Amino acid sequence: MTEVATQQGQSTTGQTESNGQQKFVHLKIQRQDGPETAAYMQDFAIPYTPGMNVISCLMEIRSNPVDENGRPVTPVIWEMNCLEEVCGICTMNINGKPRQACTALVDKLEQPIEIKPMRTFPVIRDLMVDRGRMFEALKRVKAWIPIDGTYNLGSGPRMAEKDRQWAYELSRCFTCGACVEACPNVNDRTSFIGPFALSQARLFNEHPTGKMNREDRLDALMGEGGIHECGNAQNCVEVCPKGIPLTTSIAAMNRQVTYHAMGAWLKR
Amino acid sequence: MVQADGHSQYLLRRLHTLAGVIPVGLFLLEHLFTNSMATNGAAAFNSAAATIEGIPFLHFIEFFFIFVPLIYHGVYGLYVAFTSGYNSGQFHWWRNVMFILQRITGIITFVFIVFHLWTTRFSGKAPTFEMVHQLVSNPAYFWFMIIGTVAATFHFSNGLWSFSIHWGITVGQRAQRVMSYVTMILFIVLAGVGVDALIAFTHAAS
Repeated sequence: MTEVATQQGQSTTGQTESNGQQKFVHLKIQRQDGPETAAYMQDFAIPYTPGMNVISCLMEIRSNPVDENGRPVTPVIWEMNCLEEVCGICTMNINGKPRQACTALVDKLEQPIEIKPMRTFPVIRDLMVDRGRMFEALKRVKAWIPIDGTYNLGSGPRMAEKDRQWAYELSRCFTCGACVEACPNVNDRTSFIGPFALSQARLFNEHPTGKMNREDRLDALMGEGGIHECGNAQNCVEVCPKGIPLTTSIAAMNRQVTYHAMGAWLKR
Repeated sequence: MVQADGHSQYLLRRLHTLAGVIPVGLFLLEHLFTNSMATNGAAAFNSAAATIEGIPFLHFIEFFFIFVPLIYHGVYGLYVAFTSGYNSGQFHWWRNVMFILQRITGIITFVFIVFHLWTTRFSGKAPTFEMVHQLVSNPAYFWFMIIGTVAATFHFSNGLWSFSIHWGITVGQRAQRVMSYVTMILFIVLAGVGVDALIAFTHAAS
């Protein structure tokens, strides 16, 4: 411990307690040097600063990359962008829960803070994961509104205000991956696309112009890895940082798909 | 039903939930009802059993409306339980625990039903009060029956909750919450009826 103090005591950001002792934040971080290499845990003790979040802890490690015992290590790799919980890229498992590192405040976390990459996505290095499967899922359910044409199509139909209000909630999804991470039915034995994609299909099916392609999305939801893979464990709605009613979206899409499946058969 | 282009998984899953409620679940209710006739004495139970024996096309009905859906629901259910992940250690929320209990009780019920059918329906003995009395006089068998009955009624009741979401019946959060209360009350009632009947079978026919 004294070794750490001498190593990091020089840090200008360090905060001292009333008795003059340097306070430290203890972190246990899962490291992984590359996509194919084995993961290992590493402990860190970094000088405490009031108002720290997990990102600033990681930045502190980057500025002084030594482990708890003062041994030099490679800096921890992670991704960040907006730093205000709207981009979703810094999602990682913090004390066992998938959440954004930027809004994970050290003062509100139990120490040592255990940080691991999301298990659902392939690790590129350390806490950086490849969330490409989410983009593939959005493409699969056609989570967009086709408005391209060879001439001006004019303005689309209006959306009722009461629908716009709840649809706005769904539009706050930033594909962070927390719901996919927490879902027990997203694993290597299933091909489930994940809760967020079902909710996005509902969003675009509700949009007055998007509605024109609703059958395409419903067909996709009945396809491989679709809505039927959901087992109603409802972890998704618990971990969603935006409080999106994912389980309501899933049930609503179940209703649409049920009608669509029976309707498609009876109309033939 | 729907196009063959990759919709078969959807169809198999929905048939699984449907089979669990419509023939199998309804049969469970009927079975519990007939069993509770035992609480009115051996004669009442034997008369109820005789009424069932008298149903026309009984073997046909039994095969297509009980055995086929039951085997499908059971075997496909094992596949579902195998492909599910289990992460209640990390996420201990109520519904996640219920998700796991649903799969555990499903496996218990599967084993229970196989053994139960082997010792009753396919034992070659007439389905009388006396036969059941002989079986449940063995404490080990009696407790096996209690566990099986509680597991089966839980699996059915909680399965109804999940069924309501799978088929888009309960959509909103409030509807799903109310349904979870309703199905848990149903579980307590059905388990009580089943256990009560089992206790009735332990008393010798007077």
